[in-house]
Amino acid sequence: MFESLAEKLQSTFKKLRGKGKVSEADVAEAMREVRMALLAADVNLKVVKNFVAKVKERAIGQEVLDSLTPGQQVVKVVHEELVALMGGTSSKINMSQKPPTVIMLVGLQGAGKTTSVSKLALYLRKQGRKPLMAACDVYRPAAVKQLQVLGNQLDIPVFSMGTGVNPVDIARGAMENAIATGRDTLLLDTAGRLHINEELMGELKNIKSTVKPHEILLVVDAMTGQDAVNVAETFHEQLGLDGVILTKLDGDARGGAALSVKAVTGCPIKFVGLGEKAEALEPFHPDRMASRILGM
Amino acid sequence: TGRQHIDEELYEELEEVLISADVGAEMALEMVERLRKKVKEQKISDPSELKNLLQQEIVALLGQEAVPVKIEQKPTVVLVVGVNGVGKTTTIAKLAHRWKSEGRKVLLAAGDTFRAAAIDQLEIWGQRVGVDVIRHQEGSDPGAVAYDAAQAAISRGVDILIVDTAGRLHNKNHLMSELSKVGRVLDRALPGAPHEILLVLDATTGQNAVTQARLFGEAVGVSGLVLTKLDGTAKGGVILAIQGELSVPVKFIGIGEAMDDLRVFEPQQFAKALFGQEETGE
Ligand SMILES: Nc1nc2c(ncn2[C@@H]2O[C@H](COP(=O)(O)OP(=O)(O)OP(=O)(O)O)[C@@H](O)[C@H]2O)c(=O)[nH]1
Ligand SMILES: Nc1nc2c(ncn2[C@@H]2O[C@H](COP(=O)(O)OP(=O)(O)OP(=O)(O)O)[C@@H](O)[C@H]2O)c(=O)[nH]1
Ligand SMILES: [K+]
Ligand SMILES: [Mg+2]
Ligand SMILES: [Mg+2]
Repeated sequence: MFESLAEKLQSTFKKLRGKGKVSEADVAEAMREVRMALLAADVNLKVVKNFVAKVKERAIGQEVLDSLTPGQQVVKVVHEELVALMGGTSSKINMSQKPPTVIMLVGLQGAGKTTSVSKLALYLRKQGRKPLMAACDVYRPAAVKQLQVLGNQLDIPVFSMGTGVNPVDIARGAMENAIATGRDTLLLDTAGRLHINEELMGELKNIKSTVKPHEILLVVDAMTGQDAVNVAETFHEQLGLDGVILTKLDGDARGGAALSVKAVTGCPIKFVGLGEKAEALEPFHPDRMASRILGM
Repeated sequence: TGRQHIDEELYEELEEVLISADVGAEMALEMVERLRKKVKEQKISDPSELKNLLQQEIVALLGQEAVPVKIEQKPTVVLVVGVNGVGKTTTIAKLAHRWKSEGRKVLLAAGDTFRAAAIDQLEIWGQRVGVDVIRHQEGSDPGAVAYDAAQAAISRGVDILIVDTAGRLHNKNHLMSELSKVGRVLDRALPGAPHEILLVLDATTGQNAVTQARLFGEAVGVSGLVLTKLDGTAKGGVILAIQGELSVPVKFIGIGEAMDDLRVFEPQQFAKALFGQEETGE
């Protein structure tokens, strides 16, 4: 992931490094290339503009101009600002003092919610927790079955009420079931939906007010383009997100969506999906990611 | 918007509209450059004409008219491919519904034997649309499903066989060669098949779709694109960058999750929609 952006920035700054001293025109040229590289990586245009302005301000400042190695100094500035943009440090799941902890996954169609629910359940079980997964997608054909198959493979229980029941009632039923059966973590799989679909966004709000999740995670496909910010902003406005799961990072998408979503919602990226298998989930590390972006 | 002259700011605004629609920074720059040239050549001075000119550029790039799926062979075999979660299986249901409504006999093949309940998903769609589905067990060889389905299509006198495949990321060599094999198996069962290979792209996708089109093209040869999820706020502008590089026609678009949410791709309409809400700039 991000290789190509790293390559571009590196070659830009190699040119700068060769000179030993940076003029304002040099910086402007480098910033143009940073802008193109970030856009090619699908970072949102507005985010790019702000980012480049911030970096530029620091790059033409004394800290860089007075440096003996201004090129490296600029790289350092870009790196620091990238880390800052992506959240500084890695984040954890909010666990409730009183079980069950309720985690709800939401997002656009096909982003990877159902898969991520099962991955997260496995991840939490490895930490000694007792997860229950709930099938709240009554719309997509065989969505319930999909979660059941995954639950079977992992030997993690799945609560379902079929497809003839309101998802809000399923969530409530799942909550009762988790308490009755002593499961300390409840993961809700919800149907994919467009952020502009008021009826379905309303459904999520109703689930939220009914079971009061401790953690609402937006699942975002790493291949998403400029629209990522519209989607994330709307989900955040309507539901109040606690974090993001970035999926399909095992591909070669540069994943600018990650930067964009964090920048507009302020919500940390908590996990990344790195494959279709249940084990392919890892905590997100912004510093490592920034280093990767810059090829450091 | 009340602008008197064509100035730098206007060009920049147009470039930004294109970038925001996922056209890509390089392609956007290129298109705006072409626009500048045209403005000079044709001595255009009215700023309100620029948007139309740009739309004409886009239509020229996409091709004036929709390219239909040819249904000449019997059976015609359509292979549907793409990365994970873009809408392949749903698009197959929509295509089946469309062709069945035209009075054709359609058969589906459950070639995704990998993803949990992918076979059940296609089977439910088959029931809803009212077409048969050839299926094997989960975990079985997708090539074998494709072979059986082709045989069944021949013996049942089917007009169109549509083959579903598992979503796969184009950078995974083993999965891409598995797909090439499905293509070869179909050709063995029915020489000349698959007759149409549709790559499904999610309109929400950014610049990565260019690589998807390139690598799926190399692995199986793509004859057409389907752009799904255009009912959202994403514009799918990346198909311009794809046209710039590969020139594979977009054949259909998806505008929802129901079986009648499929439309023939119309370049003019697409070009207009690119400028949708952003058209007035500030
Ligand atoms: N390569 C890869 N594929 C993934 C990853 N996460 C999910 N997928 C695949 O993406 C596709 C969609 O995943 P789902 O979990 O069904 O997505 P969803 O968001 O639940 O979809 P809807 O319920 O239809 O909205 C499937 O083919 C998954 O196997 C990932 O991290 N890497
Ligand atoms: N809004 C919208 N949703 C769509 C459209 N096409 C498909 N979907 C939804 O996108 C999700 C994924 O669709 P699928 O057909 O399962 O995608 P797929 O490519 O077969 O997925 P995998 O087999 O897991 O790779 C489902 O929730 C569909 O209902 C569309 O045009 N608009
Ligand atoms: K997607
Ligand atoms: Mg799902
Ligand atoms: Mg599918």
